[in-house]
Amino acid sequence: MKLYNKKMVIAGLAVFLIAATFPLWYGRGKAVLPPDLKLDTPAIERLKEKRCVEPVAYMRTNHRSLLAAWRDDVVREGKRTYTATDGRIHPIALTGTCLGCHSNKKQFCDRCHDYSGAKPTCWSCHIIPEEVR
Amino acid sequence: MLEKALRGSRGYGIWVAFLLFMVAVGFFFYLRQLDYGLGITGMSRDISWGLYIAQFTFLVGIAASAVMLVLPYYLHDFKAFGKITILGEFLAVSAVMMCVTFVFVDLGRPDRAVNLLLYPSPRSVLFWDVIVLNGYLLLNMVTGWTVLESDRKGVPPPAWVKPLILLSIPWAISIHTVTAFIYAGLPGRGFWLTAIMAPRFLASAFASGPALLILICLVLRRFGRFDAGDKAIQTLAKIVTYALATSIFFVLVELFTVFYSQIPGHMHHLTYLFAGLDGHNTIARWMTVAAIAALVSLALLIVPRLRQNETYLVLACSGVFVSLWIEKGLGLVITGFVPSPLEAIPDYTPTGPEVAITMGVWALGVLIITLFYKIFISVRKGK
Amino acid sequence: MAPTRREFLKMTGFSAAGLVLPFLPSLASAQAGTAGTVGSSPAVPGGLPALKAKRWAMTIEPRKCRPDCTDCIAACHLEHNVPDFKNPKDDIRWISLEKIGHVFPAEAHPRIPELIAELPLPILCNHCANPTCVRVCPTQATFKRADGIVMMDYHRCIGCRFCMAACPYGSRSMNYRDPRPFIGKINPAFPTRAKGVVEKCNFCEERLARGVLPACVIACKDKALGFGDLEDPRSGIRSILDKGLSLRRRPELGTLPQVYYIL
Repeated sequence: MKLYNKKMVIAGLAVFLIAATFPLWYGRGKAVLPPDLKLDTPAIERLKEKRCVEPVAYMRTNHRSLLAAWRDDVVREGKRTYTATDGRIHPIALTGTCLGCHSNKKQFCDRCHDYSGAKPTCWSCHIIPEEVR
Repeated sequence: MLEKALRGSRGYGIWVAFLLFMVAVGFFFYLRQLDYGLGITGMSRDISWGLYIAQFTFLVGIAASAVMLVLPYYLHDFKAFGKITILGEFLAVSAVMMCVTFVFVDLGRPDRAVNLLLYPSPRSVLFWDVIVLNGYLLLNMVTGWTVLESDRKGVPPPAWVKPLILLSIPWAISIHTVTAFIYAGLPGRGFWLTAIMAPRFLASAFASGPALLILICLVLRRFGRFDAGDKAIQTLAKIVTYALATSIFFVLVELFTVFYSQIPGHMHHLTYLFAGLDGHNTIARWMTVAAIAALVSLALLIVPRLRQNETYLVLACSGVFVSLWIEKGLGLVITGFVPSPLEAIPDYTPTGPEVAITMGVWALGVLIITLFYKIFISVRKGK
Repeated sequence: MAPTRREFLKMTGFSAAGLVLPFLPSLASAQAGTAGTVGSSPAVPGGLPALKAKRWAMTIEPRKCRPDCTDCIAACHLEHNVPDFKNPKDDIRWISLEKIGHVFPAEAHPRIPELIAELPLPILCNHCANPTCVRVCPTQATFKRADGIVMMDYHRCIGCRFCMAACPYGSRSMNYRDPRPFIGKINPAFPTRAKGVVEKCNFCEERLARGVLPACVIACKDKALGFGDLEDPRSGIRSILDKGLSLRRRPELGTLPQVYYIL
């Protein structure tokens, strides 16, 4: 196969490779601190055992699918309580349960979301208590 | 074959640039709509469907009109239509793309449009509409493109195209029947709850679609140096005549049923449509124009001497198109909502952004047609 | 023979697809559910048990309403963060007041006593037993629960407004704009909605889950609104309905509305 327009094709490929590998070489050598999550809310301070609904490792990877399952459980199934793997029972509520302890959304939820570029749309409807007081 | 759309005369370039500009303007206002919400349009709590859905409803009819070329040629060997079935199929593609785009810009949450596929709801007519519209789009894209390409290569089309084209005939009927069913199955909207809604859609489709095709053929004859042939154009004109007469007859039949039975709930809608209620008569004034245009066009089309005269034919076809655009567009949609379930007489006025977005989508459709027909003409000329 | 440009592109395309396709099944199954189990014990541990019914329904006795009262509307709209756009075009109403000529146009006539003709009748979603809105929803964002409540799933609604066209009663409202700036006092215990979805009365199903009656019913000082289980012969609304003739809006349409008016 003959390569027509050799100069343009190779130049184009070079530009593409530079752009595609941008995240790999742009920040080289610069230290970006991982998100600093603050867990010192008054509600968490008051807890005897500082545990979330599920273990931290599970919550870190699965809180998104947990919430997705929860929203169908409440709205579509009418099931409003969640029995965690350790047997404790929690009411299913984003504002009530999750933000009940993690009332510092900006120093907790937003830290990781901003870092990873995640933009959950939950907050267009679900209320952030500290913002409507 | 696509590259044939990229080269053309200066006039062609200016026309395409103009259309692209209109699309860009429409897109700009659509971004404003995404930001502000559908409140940027004139729609309200009482009139919850407006200009966008009106265009969708009218254009479904245009889309189905391809069948009026395909059926005589493929089922009855009417050779005069042989050259132009592709025109009908490409018009169908453009019209269906406009339909889908109008529904999309009308959604409150377009980011969730995929929910239509994730949560199939066979009891919802809208679910079936999504299926039949997209199926029809695919059918016409595949058959139109394949037949044109075979034409370019100078070979007969492959054997598998024929069954697909034959399938498009009942499928065309289905797209308007399903769209009519969106309206005709709602118990709470007396104006729409009529068994002849689907037949009315068919009749007006077979009038407005071929009327547009005639106008397009005359434009192509004048500017594109492609002649569809007098026999094809006159046969199309006769189809428009019969379909228009049927469409007018259907309206008269509706008027009889409603006004002879004297049921107030039914009378209110038709009174609003043709005469206005409590001084709200904007739709009525548009419908007067539509009615006059339809009757004048019918007269021009019925008299053979006038129908065969190109000037009168252009006038008649334009009249048919505009009349049915009014009647099957805002006339149909708005009147379904007035009076409201609480007996109010709400008003609806499309806003500037709404009109700009609408024109942007029409420009997109006209652009698609322009590109397709340019390819078609280039292929024809290459022979 | 060297491939043509078309053949080269086809090869590249299929190779790319071949690289991606094996990963698709794992992407699909990444929608894991919960580690634990869900249930319907009292929503608040130690709270009241949920109110349950086979068929929730409401009775309305408008002749009990005191003049110029809008307590039911105020309570409902406050509880559920219903915005006030101050603009009839974008208006959102879960419950409102209309006269008999508008609510029962078929039954109203010029010789009805003025007292009754001028009565404000509360109107709201009728939570029909055969709802047209549920039938037409293309995503099942609106659906009927086993206990009769017609629900809205605001997570799923695409804002097509087919349900608004289908509803014979004008019970539904669209969020044509972002409602947040137009909510007077936000109730943090209940979410708001965002622009682009349709909303309506939900028979206070979140309150029923907490063992509490709907906000409008509780707010009415004249006890004009009754609420209960139609299938329970001992319920309050059954005794109200036994008293005499009750009307439902546009019953001839077959929607089987479950809001009963006693005039």
